[in-house]
Amino acid sequence: MDNRSRRPRILAVASGGGHWMQLMRLRDALLGGDMAFVATHFSDYRKSIPPGARFYLVTDANKKDWLRGTLLICELFWIILRERPDVVISTGAAPGYFALRFGRLLGARTVWVDSIANVGRMSLSGRLVRRYADLWLTQWEHLARPEGPHYIGAVL
Amino acid sequence: MIFLTVGSQVPFDRLSRSVDAWAARNPQTEVFGQIGRTAWRPAAMQWAEVLSADEYLELLKRARVIVAHAGMGTVISAAEHGKPLIVMPRRADLGEHRNDHQEFTAKWLMTRSGISVVHGEDELQHLLDKAGTLAPPDGLGSESCERMVTVLREFIFEGVKPFQ
Repeated sequence: MDNRSRRPRILAVASGGGHWMQLMRLRDALLGGDMAFVATHFSDYRKSIPPGARFYLVTDANKKDWLRGTLLICELFWIILRERPDVVISTGAAPGYFALRFGRLLGARTVWVDSIANVGRMSLSGRLVRRYADLWLTQWEHLARPEGPHYIGAVL
Repeated sequence: MIFLTVGSQVPFDRLSRSVDAWAARNPQTEVFGQIGRTAWRPAAMQWAEVLSADEYLELLKRARVIVAHAGMGTVISAAEHGKPLIVMPRRADLGEHRNDHQEFTAKWLMTRSGISVVHGEDELQHLLDKAGTLAPPDGLGSESCERMVTVLREFIFEGVKPFQ
């Protein structure tokens, strides 16, 4: 297990589109780890991840569609069991929320980076995930608070 | 080539129709629209409901100007590829989005180089007429992103938390 402690297992999760693009802007933060990526919508995202990283495509779901939501939850739980990540990081939205919760349950350290699109307030999933995020981040300085969310920069 | 994209989630017919109307009046200009899953069909421009990530990238690279909703995916890829971007925010009161967060996003985008924000069809038509003169964005603000990457690396690989 020595090797594992030197090379953390990282699970990076984002919905397709803007959330995924923002995760890719942060991918240098993960390099050197044992990486797995999770996305929705686009299977060809697997071509944009670092070499050697694993890729999972999960169901796209929102809170109105309980069937797809249930499917998404099952898929993510299976991925977390299989990956046993040391760190879970997400830029949103719903898949990231569940990944952080399940990751936390199994002892992972967790990072939430709220989308830069949320200029006025944290996203819904960003607000809900608060208790489960070790690093709870906004990309807007004016939304940062001493008790969180915190600000360390923005992807653009 | 003008490339319209409304994102992969929800159609945005108000914007798509407007771009198609411009395409009808300007047959000499190639226009391609990624219009989402919608019943409406363009009359003048080439179109697809949803593109793969590869097809999207291909069209993005070929485009002279990008027209889009105020989605971050498009904003980031337009900046990465140095393409002028015209943005129309979705409006919740017209059922185009769950909330008005794109209006807030658009207010911020207006302050960035290479991005023009329009709210109505007339404004969009006018801007498309002079699409050839629109300046490209300066690029991505990489300093702030690098700072973020550094802090995240410290947290992931050394367990350092920047806040207690």
